Amino acid sequence: MTAGPFIEVKDLKVHFPAPKNLFGSGGAIKAVDGVSFTLERGRTLGLVGESGCGKSTTGYSILRLIEPTSGQILIEGQDILQLPQSQLRPLRRRMQIIFQDAGASLDPRMPVGDLISEALEIHGLWPGADRRRRVRKLLDLVGLSTQHAERYPHELSGGQAQRVAICRALAVEPQLIVCDEPVSALDVSVQAQIVNLLQDLQKELNLAYIFISHDLSVVRHVSDEIAVMYLGRIVEKADRKRIFEGAAHPYSRSLLSAVSIPDPDVEQRRRRIILSGDLPSPANPPSGCRFRTRCPIVEEDCALHDPPTRLLEPTHGAACLHIQKSQELLKWT
Amino acid sequence: MSLAEKAPPLAGGRAASDSIWALRWKRFRQHRGGVASLVVLALLAAFCLAAGPLETLRGVDAVQTDLFKRYEPPSAEHWLGTDDAGRDELARLMRGGQISLLVGLLATVIGGVFGVTLGLLAGYFGGRLDSALMRFTDGMIALPLLPLLIVLGAIDLTKLGFSPDTAHSPSMSFWRIIVIIALVDWTAIARLVRASTLSVKEREFVLASRAGGAGHLHIMAAHILPNIITPIIVAFTLTVGRVILFESVLSFLGFGVTPPTPSWGNMLNNAQELVTVAPALAIYPGLLIFITVIAVNFLGDAMQHAFDPRSEE
Repeated sequence: MTAGPFIEVKDLKVHFPAPKNLFGSGGAIKAVDGVSFTLERGRTLGLVGESGCGKSTTGYSILRLIEPTSGQILIEGQDILQLPQSQLRPLRRRMQIIFQDAGASLDPRMPVGDLISEALEIHGLWPGADRRRRVRKLLDLVGLSTQHAERYPHELSGGQAQRVAICRALAVEPQLIVCDEPVSALDVSVQAQIVNLLQDLQKELNLAYIFISHDLSVVRHVSDEIAVMYLGRIVEKADRKRIFEGAAHPYSRSLLSAVSIPDPDVEQRRRRIILSGDLPSPANPPSGCRFRTRCPIVEEDCALHDPPTRLLEPTHGAACLHIQKSQELLKWT
Repeated sequence: MSLAEKAPPLAGGRAASDSIWALRWKRFRQHRGGVASLVVLALLAAFCLAAGPLETLRGVDAVQTDLFKRYEPPSAEHWLGTDDAGRDELARLMRGGQISLLVGLLATVIGGVFGVTLGLLAGYFGGRLDSALMRFTDGMIALPLLPLLIVLGAIDLTKLGFSPDTAHSPSMSFWRIIVIIALVDWTAIARLVRASTLSVKEREFVLASRAGGAGHLHIMAAHILPNIITPIIVAFTLTVGRVILFESVLSFLGFGVTPPTPSWGNMLNNAQELVTVAPALAIYPGLLIFITVIAVNFLGDAMQHAFDPRSEE
């Protein structure tokens, strides 16, 4: 084994050119603006945040489906951003993606069997009669019957479609799967099935997951580590347990206060931290701390300094200038 | 695995072993209008191909004039009567159909394939290639058609290195007309395909295929094209009808299929000025063109039905 983590993302930035206005260029939309994390095989990193915070863009650029502007993505020490487009194919075998809308991610004109074997064909894996056997085995692995191979996507339910998408991702034996809100579009009962399936597969195949979601209760269930994103940055990152018990950043604390608790009495008595205002435009983020325009405990110096990530524990970092105040004033239980 | 789901029987009595083309054929047959048009078109083709044998059998000729027998009514010798030069109308319709159907089909396919390729490349790659190809298309649309046709028709093929014999042979004039029509009639399809490609390439399954390692060619052939086949088929079927009429315009201008060789187009054109004297001469070719266009449109409808996996009852 090589030294270092399985995947290491360093200061990843993805900027899109903003639509031009009357007076020329509109600058850049900083969808992802300096994201760093590491992940080992067999573990799951949960990426949470509200819509538009750049979590999906982060996921896409790790697979180079979107070209990052700068930064490094090291897979076992090799920087994949240095690879030319023509050499991406071997990389595509190691990393796969599952999309939020499984129905939309399956070509409506292709039967399921062809969809699953497409990547096998491209990479020249399991040639000849083995390929059919491989597809059957994969269908079996995700709990579908071999008859489903003849189906078209519109003949599948939402849960089945997501299973097919998982199947396709698994076909090439990847080491990392980016799960982009894989259960958000599904019924709650089906969500549980898919989440459990993903966890079983992780154990069996030693997969690393980057699990993108805005649903904290799902993330809590699947993640080993959780990173909270706001406006293109990771504002807090820690082990799952630490986040849910001792989140320090005011944004994380307000997110946690919005998670519903299944006990009605507790739910009645609890306090919520309500954020006012909308997410600022990523084309023109606030000066200093990006969260200050909505932060309930904002101070004057927040506008002056971009808060560095402070380590509260070796594995727990938060980017806030007033962590102590946050911990004292913002209670959510 | 405990989660295993049993698949219910497939819709439409589909057998799991059916190949994709067997499935399509099955769905095609569900479309009654389509099957009927296929029969009609087959009969039309047979009708036109029977020209040679029937001429010898009946002892008539499509090009032989007899000025003593102009505008004759149907008789035992001339089943549909004769035209303004005393030629057998039925024989001319059969001969003319060979040309018209072949021109309609070939010019549509050649121009269509060109237009589809261009539109697909422009829509898929976007950027500069798109701008270049679409400005070229716009330029083509902006050219006034009639002068362009006259210029194209007036090109002296002997100057292009063909021997005088080949340049003036009937088969050369046949190919010339196909090339001319294909050259000017691909723009609508190109723009349509570009627009459809633009919308399909943003769909998530294209991204999924890229994540699977697919190259551009694979994505275009396996994902984009099958998903825009419906508008392409519609455009093709509409073009066939238009091209058959277009050929008549060209013949009228004196390019391409020139008399005495008949085509439905030039027969119809010729009958225009005779419509008060001999209306039947306009009705016969007009009716055949009408039937062909209708049948092709229904056929297109049925093909759409056949290619869409969602169209199973």
